[in-house]
Amino acid sequence: MIPHTLSPPALAVRCAGVVKSFGTDETLVRVLHGIDLDIPAGELTMLVGPSGCGKTTLLSIIAGILSFEEGEASIFGTPIHSLKGADLVRFRRQTLGFIFQQYNLLPALSASENAAVPLLAAGVGRVTAIRRAEELLAQLGLGAHLKKLPNQLSGGQQQRVAIARALVHNPKLVVCDEPTAALDAQSGQTVMALLRDAALAPDRGVIVVTHDNRIYSYADRIAEMSDGRITRVARTPAQKVA
Amino acid sequence: MAMAWVALQMLYGDRAKYFGLVFGVMFATLLMAQQTSIFVGLMARTANQITDVREANVWVMDPRVRYVDEPEPMPATDLDRVRSVDGIAWAVPMYKGLTNVRAPGGVLNQVFLLGIDDASLVGAPKTMLLGSVEDLRLPDAIIIDRAGFEFIWPGEALELGRRVEMNDRTAVIVGISEPAPPFTTFPIVHTRYTNALRFTPGGRNRMSYVVARAEDGQAPEAVARHIEATTGLQARTTTEFQWQTIQYYLQRTGIPVNFGITVTLGFIVGAAIVGQTFYIFVVENMKQFGALKAIGVTNTTLAGMVLLQGSVVALVGYGLGVGLSAGFFVATANVTALRGFYMPWQIMIGTAGAVLAIMVVSIFASLRRVMVLDPAIVFRG
Repeated sequence: MIPHTLSPPALAVRCAGVVKSFGTDETLVRVLHGIDLDIPAGELTMLVGPSGCGKTTLLSIIAGILSFEEGEASIFGTPIHSLKGADLVRFRRQTLGFIFQQYNLLPALSASENAAVPLLAAGVGRVTAIRRAEELLAQLGLGAHLKKLPNQLSGGQQQRVAIARALVHNPKLVVCDEPTAALDAQSGQTVMALLRDAALAPDRGVIVVTHDNRIYSYADRIAEMSDGRITRVARTPAQKVA
Repeated sequence: MAMAWVALQMLYGDRAKYFGLVFGVMFATLLMAQQTSIFVGLMARTANQITDVREANVWVMDPRVRYVDEPEPMPATDLDRVRSVDGIAWAVPMYKGLTNVRAPGGVLNQVFLLGIDDASLVGAPKTMLLGSVEDLRLPDAIIIDRAGFEFIWPGEALELGRRVEMNDRTAVIVGISEPAPPFTTFPIVHTRYTNALRFTPGGRNRMSYVVARAEDGQAPEAVARHIEATTGLQARTTTEFQWQTIQYYLQRTGIPVNFGITVTLGFIVGAAIVGQTFYIFVVENMKQFGALKAIGVTNTTLAGMVLLQGSVVALVGYGLGVGLSAGFFVATANVTALRGFYMPWQIMIGTAGAVLAIMVVSIFASLRRVMVLDPAIVFRG
């Protein structure tokens, strides 16, 4: 059972004292040192920082695909650390949308079929799922590429398919891992603009892990990390990290 | 259901691997089914001259006989001793031996000569292509099998009335038969028992077998045991003698070892190709499986997807392999050297079991990787 939502709906993610280590005994490495972070709904929050600072680890914890030793993490009030097994998988399926650095599209499926995968996984019929995916892809400017396979699309187009896949089931939280890392500057800008337009909603949070300072302008809030700690949170465009 | 469709798309989408997997299963199936069928057919051939004597169900012979092609001559009086045993409906003599046939032009061929009872013609060929079994009653008459005729007179049309010499005596072909093929390539010549004795040199004791039939209501096995107890001769039912002959060839020749090696290689090579390719197929899709896991596809669903992919490969590959194997036997049905071979249903089931074993090992070796896959893999570049 997924626990009842207790927190105010305006808070998409809340992390309090999250600690995460890898390895055991002598090889134990602590990568997150008590992370405290609130991510409001209706905003696009970026997690930035140098390689190895723990951004992806924190994102994985927020996404419910990595456990942690101490602290609490909740998504729209649901403490994900209390979810196990099938409940956690179901929670991810219903609540989260994923955008990956390497897109991770299924090479044998067309753009519309790829975008429909979360609906198919949720048991929606194939025809309905693909129709809904096609509507979304059309909104993202891929109406002419619905039947193309990933290898027939450019990197930017593939990432737009990934955006559609992340949004097609209307998740409450969208997590993006380096969504522009594999794209040229122009494609990166286009993808971020589309992501912001399509994903942002008052009842949805968007988290983007990135190294790419050219896309910082698309963030409502930037959390900077260093050595497993949040070192700074900039809440307005004027305060954004340079 | 929808994810089953995704699984199949993933499988069909990687055409090179899909065809490689199907080819692997098909190759293994073809090799196992076809070679095992030929092996079984060959072994059956060793005993075809026993099963062709359909009228009899008991064979009596010298106690030293180990298989049908190694008869020890018995005195003619043994026929009467067998006939005197209770439970015997009838018993007739049979001659079986190798002799030389000299065709016009001096060509010499060795043949199986089968001498059957003059009065009853028990053991005569059941399928005649030309002529009649009754014509064996004519002087010096012989019936030769089609393969033998073509062996002695290659490329010539089947024809009655041709004369050959056996033991300096003239024999006339009055019929051409199509018996079950023998293990060796020697022609099969049927004649009357008394003719057979004339056509072959030898001493006083010339009778190879007594073929008999148990009275109605008498079990052939019991009658055979009774004959042994009463006469001291070796008596076997048709089935017992058939298996005794097959067993001899199994134990005394390298045939089972050779075929066993081929079939085992088919299994091993098939398992290696399929196992490795399927494993690589799954491993190369690991990122995709990881993404599906992250998105919220359960382990159970992923396992079902991998099982479905493996099952489809097994079914398609097995179907093609068995189809090709069956096609081989259909296509070679009229080839003299391969006639009579077919694929028994037991071999189809056995091959299916072997393919199932290959796929189960392949699937579970790959499945383990998917089950323990950390979905966080998708966030690692």
